[in-house]
Parts: sequence; C-alpha cells; structure tokens
Amino acid sequence: MEVKLKVFRYNPEDDKKKHFDTFTLEVEPTDRVLDLLEQAKAYQDGTLTFRRSCAHGICGSDAMRINGVNRLACKVLVKDLKSKTITVEPLLGLAVEKDLVVDMEPFFDHYKSVMPYFVNNDPPPSKERLQSPEERARFDDTTKCILCASCTTSCPSFWANDKYIGPSAIVNAHRFIFDSRDQAAKERLEFINEQFGTHRCHTIFNCTDACPREIQVTKALNEVKKAIATGRLD
Amino acid sequence: MQKHQFEVIVVGAGGAGLMAALYASRHVSTAVISKLYPTRSHTGTAQGGVAAALGNTEEDRPEWHAFDTVKGSDYLGDQTAIEFMAQEAVKAVYELEHLGLPFDRNLDGTIAQRPFGGHTNNITGKPVRRACYAADRTGHMILQTLYQQSIKNKVNFFDEFHVVDLIVNDGRAVGVVAIELATGEFHIFHAKAVIFATGGHGRVWEVTSNAYAYTGDGIAIALRRGVPAEDMEFYQFHPTGIYKMGILITEGVRGEGGVLINDKGERFMEKYAPSVKDLASRDVVSRAMYLEMQAGRGINGKRYLNLDVTADVVNKYAAEDGRTNPDGSPYRMTNEDIFAKLPDIIDFCETYIGVNPLTQPMPVQPTAHYAMGGIPTDIYGRVVIDDKNTVMPGFYAAGEVACVSVHGANRLGTNALLDLIVFGKHSGLKAAEYAKGSSFGSLPADATDFAREQFAEFNRENGTEKVVDIAREMKEVMFEHVGVFRVEDGMQQALDKVRELKERFKHISIDDHGKKFNTDVFNAWELANLLDIAEITAASALARKESRGGHSRDDYTERDDKNWLKHTLAWLDKDGVRLGYKPVDITKYEPKVRSY
Repeated sequence: MEVKLKVFRYNPEDDKKKHFDTFTLEVEPTDRVLDLLEQAKAYQDGTLTFRRSCAHGICGSDAMRINGVNRLACKVLVKDLKSKTITVEPLLGLAVEKDLVVDMEPFFDHYKSVMPYFVNNDPPPSKERLQSPEERARFDDTTKCILCASCTTSCPSFWANDKYIGPSAIVNAHRFIFDSRDQAAKERLEFINEQFGTHRCHTIFNCTDACPREIQVTKALNEVKKAIATGRLD
Repeated sequence: MQKHQFEVIVVGAGGAGLMAALYASRHVSTAVISKLYPTRSHTGTAQGGVAAALGNTEEDRPEWHAFDTVKGSDYLGDQTAIEFMAQEAVKAVYELEHLGLPFDRNLDGTIAQRPFGGHTNNITGKPVRRACYAADRTGHMILQTLYQQSIKNKVNFFDEFHVVDLIVNDGRAVGVVAIELATGEFHIFHAKAVIFATGGHGRVWEVTSNAYAYTGDGIAIALRRGVPAEDMEFYQFHPTGIYKMGILITEGVRGEGGVLINDKGERFMEKYAPSVKDLASRDVVSRAMYLEMQAGRGINGKRYLNLDVTADVVNKYAAEDGRTNPDGSPYRMTNEDIFAKLPDIIDFCETYIGVNPLTQPMPVQPTAHYAMGGIPTDIYGRVVIDDKNTVMPGFYAAGEVACVSVHGANRLGTNALLDLIVFGKHSGLKAAEYAKGSSFGSLPADATDFAREQFAEFNRENGTEKVVDIAREMKEVMFEHVGVFRVEDGMQQALDKVRELKERFKHISIDDHGKKFNTDVFNAWELANLLDIAEITAASALARKESRGGHSRDDYTERDDKNWLKHTLAWLDKDGVRLGYKPVDITKYEPKVRSY
C-alpha cells in the first residue's frame, strides 16, 4: 500500500525554516513507522535524522510524536494508524537538535535528580537480601521504565514549565521508594514534595496513555503523592 | 580538536562496559564513551536470565555449571576461564542483588530461578533451575541497575560519541579517537588503559535479534590496528526469533514449559534430544528446526515452526515428561502464571504479529543472535594478540566483543549476561591496576590521521552505490551461506560476494555532508565495519573443515578433535584475511561425544 510520511524537518546547518517534507512510500500494513523512516532515509533523503537502536520497543531511542501522540516509532505499525498520511514530529518540550532528534540532557538531568539508584547502607549479607514476592510486586510496574521520555514530553505541566521534573523521574523514584530493601525513601519524597515535583501534576493522564511499556504512570504518581501526604509507604 | 585525559577509558555502556567502569572508577579516573545513551545499549534487550548455581530451589553446583558450559561449547571453550566464570557467577549475582537489581523471588524471599537450555543436574541429566531472572526483562534490569549505580558513583560519561579508532604507540594502547555525534568534531581520549565493551555484530545477517547499533565496531577497529579476531566462524543462531522479523523470543519460554511443534503437530525435539528435548543447546535446536523445515515439516511448508506456550500444551507435555515443582508436586501452569513470567514476549507478539501467545502458538525461525568469537582476551580482559597469548599492553576487552573464550563453539543461554558481569568486572579491576602502575604513554602526533582518512572518503559527492543495497546483499548472502548450515561452495560464494561488496563500498553515495548529527555517515562507517567482519567470518568458516557447535557443515558433518580442537585467529591484512590457530585450554574435561 502507498502512504505519505510527513516528517518535521530542521537542520541547524542550513538556512531553511522548520518545515515538513512528505515522502511517498510503498509499504506493508505490518511495517513499523520506524521501517518507513528507514526506507525514506535509505532511498530518498539520507539527511533525514532520527535515533533508533533495538527496533522492538526496549531501548527507548525512537520516541516521537506520531499523528499527534507520543509513541515509539518501532512499536507502531502502519495498520494501527488507520490513515494514509502519517505525520511524524519530534517530542514536545525538549529542544530540537535536527529533524526528529531532541536534546535529551534536560530529561536525564531530571531523572538524575531523584536519586534513581538503590540505597542501603547496611553491610550486605553473604547471600541475597530477602524480599517476598509480594514486596517485589509492590514496585514491579515502575521497574519497566525505559527512559524514552514519552510520558514527560506528553505532559502539559512539563510543556508549561520544563523545571518540572516530570512523570518519568517520579516513576523512577517510585521504583525505589516502594522497594522494601531501599533506605532513601524519605529523602526522595522530600525532594519530590518541593516546588517542581508532584505539585505540578494535575492528573491529566497523558503520561499513562503515552507510556509504551504500559506503566500505570498516573497511578504511580498518585502513590507517591499519597506517601508524601501520609508519610507512609503502604 | 578537544583532548581529554582519563586513566581508564571504557568504550561501550552495556553490561560489560558499565561493570568495568564501576570497578575501575573505584581506583582511578574513568570515563565511559558510548555511541548510544547508556540505557539504549543492547544488554537491555536480554530476556531470560543470568546463570549462577545458587541452588535456591534444588541442588546445583558451580562444577556442574562449568561442565555444562564446556559441553555446550562443544569442547572449544577454554576450561580455566569457564571454571573461573562458573565460580564467580554466584558472587556476581549476589552482588547485582546488593546493587538493587529486582530479581523475581521465591516464596522464601530468595532469588527465583528457571531452567534454561543445556543447564543440567549432572547426576540425573535433567534440566536444573539455574537462570536467575526478572520476568522476561533480566537484561533491562541489569542495564538499569548498573546505570543507576554509575550515576550514584559519579562515573564520567560521554554519550553519543562514536569511538572510531584505537590509538596505539609502540605496541601499547594509549587512547581512542572519537567523533561527537552532536557536533561532528573529533576528540582524542588519552588513557593509560582502554577497555572495549562494544558488543556484537548480528547486523551482518538478514534475520537477526540484534539492534541496529550492533555493527561490530570494536572488532573492526581492532582488526585495522593489527589485532586478530578469534573464532569468528562461531556465531549463534537463536532458535526462536519471530518469523521474518527476528525479534527474540526468550528460551525462557521453553524453560517455563513451552514446546516447538512442526506442521504435523509433533514435538520434534524428542527425536533430536531425547533427554532434555526443547531445552537442548541452541545450536542443536536451531539445526533440528532447519532439518524439520528441509523435510517439509515447516508450518504450511513455510520456513517457520510453532512455539507453543499455551497452558494446555505446557501442562500436557509437562505431565508426559513427569516434570515437578521444587516441592515434588506436578508442574502445572495457568494463563496468569505465564503472563506474569513472560509479559514482554506476549506484548511483542501482540504488537508485531497480532498473535496472543496465551491462546495461539508463535511462528518462529532461527535468528542471528550472538558472537561467540571476538577480540581474544585472557580471564582478566587483557587482549592477547597471537598464538602464544602475548598481551598487548593497555588494551582490554569484555562482553560480547571479547572472546575469552568461555563460549567456545556455542554459548549456553544465560551465560552471556554472566559473561558481561564477571569479565566486565575483572577487566575493570585489571585495567585500573595496570593504570595505577604505569604512566601515560605518549600520543603520536598524527593520532587522528587514520580515522580522518576513513571519514574523508565519505565527503565524496558523486557516489553511485547505496549503503542500503550493499548492506542488504551482504546480509542475504551471509544468512544463506554462513548461517545455521554451511558448505564449501556456499561459503566461498559468500566470501567472494563480500569482497565484491567491499570494492563497491568505495563508491557509496552519501547525502548528508553536514557535521551535526550526521547519522548518514555513521551508517556508512558501520557498514564498513560489518563488511570487514563478514569477510573475517566467512574466511574463518571456510577454513574449518569440521562441524562443531554453531559451525555446522554439510560436507564435514563430524567434529574432528584430531585436527580442529583449536581456536582460529584471523588477521585482516592489506591483501585479505590471514589465519592462524592456537590450542584450547583443557583442564579436567576431556572431549567426548556431545548428546542431549
């Protein structure tokens, strides 16, 4: 089948204004949007620039706006879009570097701000620290995050103020706050309770819809908010 | 041009690179250079588990793990290294847990373990639960945990920098040349020790589970600097990739009781591996699948078979096999159990092929997956450059890019993540020790010239050949002739074709002549790496006149220990590939007939 792939273009090294190019492609309904981008780059315009690596939804490189919503290009098939024109744009809220490539540094800075690492200052036992299946299940959902930025860059609060650490950072804090083996929940919760933490979340649910890993992002944020309010981690 | 100086430079930010960096950075100044953001590394796609004889639910011993690995390697693995890895495995997994890795848990709170191909109780010969796992995203959890700890420990990162050359002075590695993707600028990284942890090269083949980034950059750079590549003919085709796409379906599916079924509805692995059946080594299963398809028993006569993990089928065959739970009760699975253990597999199948594995079988075919061969090293990650294992000072390698060799002719599932952790750690420690005891070697004045020459080629405006066409032709001929089964004529054809493609590559066309985020140029450079690796692989395979592990020939069908119990070393000289050999290290496991 024939589709038109309409792609946002920006090259910092030429004088053209930001614009869209349209590539007419012969594709299979089961092709990924990433396959379309690859085809356009390989056969029509080698300057077309985007990130990708694993091509099956795990590495998180190719998050972008596809027909107006944040998706991984490798996880959306042509047939799922039900339209002959597919519009592809860079993520919103991060500076565009070239075509579909955005500056990821502010996103990773927010991630790093929430102490996204395991803290337990007791000397480790000679074997594993024990954890029941129930304790392990408590934070299972938020361990799935691949740091693709789909959630954070779908959030109107983040668009309004990019100092907001965003849903992804809070999801990664949640992963440790609710881990029975971790000891730094209090510091994380205090930080997230500051001006640019969960106060900025207005439960709009864009993040949950955007997550390619189907993490219940809003639920995780609400659990963090509740922990801040009650001081309890149940 | 910017210059940087660190005592240890790690190239690559997957499991091996991050582990090396965590350890090296405890002792000396360390930086990690990666062409991807670290969490994009291919380690993250590993699914099924990491092997360690913890014995959490049944008896297991590191010695059994070592023997299984030797046998899995078809006796080509170096046994001192294998014993070292199996012993270190237990410590390494506990250490990951202490770093916060969220393994799945048993009811008693210990780390959960599942069976995997080729891992057995050495007394009964039955599969043993040795693979420590986190659902079907164990690699993701390892990568995330190590990156998190790298942040905690303030490791220096240079993300989206492509390392394009190793700087060598008087036989010693003294740094690397890198190009920053965002600016196109050359950078020199001056170091006392350089660790390559750049991963594999599955993009040589048409159907592969490997990421776009898996283009063998580390091996190709080393080859151009006169370092040989070891055992490159041994490349693993994982039995279960999604038909045509190659996306990996973890062996954990079979570990949980899934079975392979042919067009006649037969569980055909019973014929090929009567003892462990679907949990035989990967080379054995992939060959069995090809034989079934050749005999016309692919599904509807096509080039795929069914992998069935629906609860009824799992329970039927578990009952036939007399499989039990650790407490002795009969093994039974429900849809909920399967969903909890294999959520990503179910997601992949639903997303890409519209198949729900809880109710339908998955169409699978062997997919190019893992390089057993690579840059030759000792157990401390030190690169050794000849048949006498002479160490090249300052140069280390770990992970898939390296060949220690613990995998020999065929790797067991879950030993790859283990390899990353164990040898990543020890290469980091050894490189730091070396750096502490030495001063910086001097940089040659023309340090970037060799890399600049390679990239100057891409400035040409009037090329006629498309990168994508050369890549496709290489992948097709390598998949057809240097794949699961091989024969003299086919391999020669592949080698000739790759040489022709290397000539044509000199006339490639490049559209992007800018400096910033020029992925057009890097795609071309990566293809050049793949072509060198394809040539080395085909030449090494052509020369080995026997069948062993992942190298299976129709014209030499038997293993030949008398003539071929030895490692291949391949150098890429100006006028082609030069081959040499070195002995296999055998401690206590004498080669014997390998059956499952």
